[in-house]
Amino acid sequence: MSIFEYNGSALVAMVGKNCFAIASDRRLGVQLQTIATDFQRISKIHDRLFLGLSGLATDAQTLYQKLVFRHKLYLLREERDMKPETFASLVSALLYEKRFGPFFCQPVIAGLGDDDKPFICTMDSIGAKELAKDFVVAGTASESLYGACESMFKENMEPEELFETVSQALLSSVDRDCLSGWGGHVYVVTPTEVKERILKGRMD
Amino acid sequence: MECVFGLVGNGFAIVAADTSAVHSILVHKSNEDKIMVLDSHKLVAASGESGDRVQFTEYIQKNVALYQFRNGIPLTTAAAANFTRGELATALRKNPYFVNILLAGYDKETGPSLYYIDYIATLHKVDKGAFGYGSYFCLSLMDRHYHSGMTVDEAIELVDKCIMEIRSRLVVAPPNFVIKIVDKDGAREYAWRESVKDTAVPAA
Repeated sequence: MSIFEYNGSALVAMVGKNCFAIASDRRLGVQLQTIATDFQRISKIHDRLFLGLSGLATDAQTLYQKLVFRHKLYLLREERDMKPETFASLVSALLYEKRFGPFFCQPVIAGLGDDDKPFICTMDSIGAKELAKDFVVAGTASESLYGACESMFKENMEPEELFETVSQALLSSVDRDCLSGWGGHVYVVTPTEVKERILKGRMD
Repeated sequence: MECVFGLVGNGFAIVAADTSAVHSILVHKSNEDKIMVLDSHKLVAASGESGDRVQFTEYIQKNVALYQFRNGIPLTTAAAANFTRGELATALRKNPYFVNILLAGYDKETGPSLYYIDYIATLHKVDKGAFGYGSYFCLSLMDRHYHSGMTVDEAIELVDKCIMEIRSRLVVAPPNFVIKIVDKDGAREYAWRESVKDTAVPAA
């Protein structure tokens, strides 16, 4: 089994009209065994920037701690929050530093840039950035997620419709993947508020 | 073959571990205590490579004590768990410790807690957890019978159910177990469950 599939994960981020949604599954497993059904894969960097880390859970935790440290340092020096584009470059650089002994993670970054323009991107485990205008996916269920998102996505969705779309795409994809699932965690972020919701899907 | 499991009850956390020290086909001793009292209100139940287990848990114990000496107050359970994870994560890509840990603790402010830390430094706060082949039996038994806010008697009944299941269903089942509990009055040994006793050594 690949090291990326050791813990199991599913992540998706989608762009809407002046908003974005980022969603993950909730399973933490050790190969075939499920350890927990309330694992947090998405973390807030600041009010307008969210980071999801799929792949090996221990590396996701280490990488998250390193990134929070770097962002706090940036805050002290620049006295402002990082822009999503800048943060994506930071993540990419951190990952490439370990080119020949990488972190086994695939990050998904979603944020609201200047003028409240939503920004999403993903990258591979050595930092190759993939910017997208519509949606990005990561994790063991990524192939199913690509299909589901491609068919369900529409441009300029309002936050409520975006939430429905992301939730349906996530749940239907993880139902086809034994290593991810046990519910979902969805964050819908607009310039004024962050709505966090927990989905109940097939619990198996 | 090493079995370690634990759960959180109403104002307490309980951990149980098998007590056999095994090298290949030989059982060196069947009363090896694998649950270390980390400090007054914390227990570390460790399983894995025996040398790493003893060395690593003693290292953590001494560092937790050092913190208390330096700062005059003890670490919280969460802090101790994160420190342990940090040490495992740092060593992971150099000289990994093959130790799986269940860290149980009681804090005055937050009550009892149990942390699952596996050997590749995945950290997660859980209500019930288990390591080893025994986990295949314990986790499902605990899923069935556990509910939040169990009394000590109910928890011990569940722990005994798990021990009986391991003894009857695991092919090279460890015969003896030790059960330790941590609550507001501190961390202490609760009971031994022995089905094979070493013969008493006559005094010289």
